Amino acid sequence: MIALLGLVAGIVFGLIVEPSVPGALQPYLPIAVVAALDATFGALRAFLDGVFNERVFVISFVSNVIVAALIVYLGDQLGVGSQLSTGVVVVLGIRIFSNVAAIRRRLLHA
Amino acid sequence: MPDRPLDRVRRGFAARPSRNQAVVAVLLALLGFAGTVQVSEVRSDDAYVGTRRDDLVQLLQSLSVAQTRASDQLAELEQTRDALQLSSQQRQVALEESQDRLEALRLLSGRSSAIGPGVTITIEDPDGTVAAATLLNAIEELRDSGAEAIEINDSARVVAQTWFADGADPADATLVVDSRAVSAPYVVEVIGDPDTLAEAVAFPGGLTDEVEALGGTVTIAKSDELQVESLAPERAVTFGQPIT
Repeated sequence: MIALLGLVAGIVFGLIVEPSVPGALQPYLPIAVVAALDATFGALRAFLDGVFNERVFVISFVSNVIVAALIVYLGDQLGVGSQLSTGVVVVLGIRIFSNVAAIRRRLLHA
Repeated sequence: MPDRPLDRVRRGFAARPSRNQAVVAVLLALLGFAGTVQVSEVRSDDAYVGTRRDDLVQLLQSLSVAQTRASDQLAELEQTRDALQLSSQQRQVALEESQDRLEALRLLSGRSSAIGPGVTITIEDPDGTVAAATLLNAIEELRDSGAEAIEINDSARVVAQTWFADGADPADATLVVDSRAVSAPYVVEVIGDPDTLAEAVAFPGGLTDEVEALGGTVTIAKSDELQVESLAPERAVTFGQPIT
């Protein structure tokens, strides 16, 4: 319940404040958001499976974001930033899809 | 135990707030915040705000390549335009030149009326002694002096093909010019330089002397504006073909 409230509060806060993203963070923010989404869907799946653990969620959330940002940063340094970020988005997208599929199976048995 | 996951959801909502839940809430708030910020960033007016530097460089390069190509094309088109303009100018000049030539040739061939300075030569021939040969000699002298249009008695235009013959009755003071009978007094209107033309008639042994020897008189009147209105008959070319 509180978790959902936190999500809503974050969205509302972002809409109200509407900060501009600093230039240094610009390439990483979208990837970080996708990575966090992946972690969140993974957590939801684990919750429905009954194996949810806040510690695991926090660590996977933070590490997902950091690793995604690191990969993009590395890619930028190597000159393959856009390709690598595309790759990261594809991988995370696949994971989100499979997580959502698992959630759907749990909830709808289909 | 059906609906176990849904039960869990229900229980999760009902769960008492705890520190762990607060941590999850904070992270989700972070996610929501970052997501909203990113969405609003992408939606903002500038289409290139979120674009990476490499992409921007590539974009710039492709734009400059396109610009080079466009300016090449522009130069090429301008060249074509200049060439076309030049050729149309040349055509215009050629057209004007040929128009001028046409007018000159029409005048010289007696196909158009003419106006200009010249002399009027009046040959009185009371005895009918002035023959076609005399008049032809005079015409030759006038041509020699640059006559551009010659007309006899306001009716017979003298051109290159014009022929002269004596009239049927020698005492009649009548000549035939291009099948046209002209009778004395012969008024010859000539367009050209008046002084030169007058000289061509009045020189010793010229028309004046000849006619006076035959018993006639010649009067010369210079004029600044003379009109030659008669036209030479149109002639078809039957045998000759121009060689170009």
